Amino acid sequence: MESQWDLAWRSLGPIIGGAIGGTIPLALTSFVLGLIIALAVALARLSRVPVLSGAARVYVSVIRGTPLLVQLFVIFYGLPSLGVTIEPWPSAIIAFALNVGGYAAEVIRAAILSVPQGQWEAGHTIGMSRVLTLRRIILPQAARVSVPPLSNTFISLVKDTSLASLILVTELFREAQQIATFSNEFMLLYVEAAVVYWVICLVLSSGQNVIEKRLDRYVAH
Amino acid sequence: MSHTDPPVVPGTHVIRVRGLRKSFGDNQVLNGIDFEVRRGGVVALIGPSGSGKTTVLRSLNGLAVPDDGTVTFSNGLEIDFSSPVSKRDLLALRDRSAMVFQHYNLFPHKTVLQNIIEGPVQVQKRRVAEATAEAESLLQRVGLADKRDAYPFELSGGQQQRVGIVRALALRPDVLLFDEPTSALDPELVGDVLTVIKELGDEGWTMVIVTHELAFARQVADEVVFMDGGVVVERGAPGDILVNPREERTKQFLHRVLHPFD
Repeated sequence: MESQWDLAWRSLGPIIGGAIGGTIPLALTSFVLGLIIALAVALARLSRVPVLSGAARVYVSVIRGTPLLVQLFVIFYGLPSLGVTIEPWPSAIIAFALNVGGYAAEVIRAAILSVPQGQWEAGHTIGMSRVLTLRRIILPQAARVSVPPLSNTFISLVKDTSLASLILVTELFREAQQIATFSNEFMLLYVEAAVVYWVICLVLSSGQNVIEKRLDRYVAH
Repeated sequence: MSHTDPPVVPGTHVIRVRGLRKSFGDNQVLNGIDFEVRRGGVVALIGPSGSGKTTVLRSLNGLAVPDDGTVTFSNGLEIDFSSPVSKRDLLALRDRSAMVFQHYNLFPHKTVLQNIIEGPVQVQKRRVAEATAEAESLLQRVGLADKRDAYPFELSGGQQQRVGIVRALALRPDVLLFDEPTSALDPELVGDVLTVIKELGDEGWTMVIVTHELAFARQVADEVVFMDGGVVVERGAPGDILVNPREERTKQFLHRVLHPFD
């Protein structure tokens, strides 16, 4: 009979494999797409065109007001009844990206608003259009402010990708779940999965520190 | 310097302002402002706070958009504020002038050099090497050559404001606009900045300066415009307006400023 330690050791391979092959690419892809959505939504919310800002407001409200699991199920299990069938991976990426888009939009909007009005004026007085001022002057300063809250969003996302196991995506948690079912060692496998998530998040937190230091080089300490 | 030479259309005025009006809600801040700025002239806008002088200055740079009136430049550009101003006109207006702000408004995420060449390179599409060389010589002139690679937070207020002036100069504008350039400075740093502005006036730069420093206005300006309640109350040579004003309101203002404890 194999010991618990043996099982823990042997299952580490598939679990880390699930992280590398599932959790991490899923989180990264969704986050990048989500940030693009978020920037667009933030700019739409700040726009003076009522239709744009209204639509952005509704989007943020729906995303934040409904559970991620429900969003995921609507896309994967709900849409087929409308004749739209999406594979597990793309379903998960769509759901997570839309979700990040809603939360990060508010972060980015607040970060843009935190840059003093005088910076816009300084951009204008050197002849820049609104778009150029936004890109060259405002967003770089907003980026610094938004790194800590966006890191939070990313870390949450990494953990939320475990929900993708429920729509058959092979990732960290689904690997652990399968081994647990066969071996009947639920406590061991779920704690092991938790530890692997935790380690990933520790690495991400130290990455956050590096980025913050880099962006803080022009700020008085 | 070649860029201060008169552009194509002749005429002694670089800017002509006619009938500027603007209100914020019920508050009528500009109530028909007329004045002009001669080429190489230095106009000081003075007046009590709330008189509209900063709004006039900001209108010249398109940072405030008046409800009515025209601003005409000697190169033929005329902005008529009675109808909505197009983006193109706004950019053309900003192209003619450059603003030096009360609170400097340097870009905190860029070094001194990057602050200065941002406009020339990104907007005017000049070559980086050329813009850098010009920025360095301008920095040299204001005594900040060694601060080229510093970030704004590493500079004193007076140094930041001198960088703000260089950033404006680097754009080679027809007119330099100063919005209370020394109001945010510690008293002992005011002198350096005023000296730089005075030198620019002596070199022939056309300037419009909103200021509380009446002694400075008297020294550097060749015309003083006194505003109150959104109108030009009187204007003329500094020796007249600041010493022997005709209008009662000007007299009262000067008295309050010069003898605050009476």
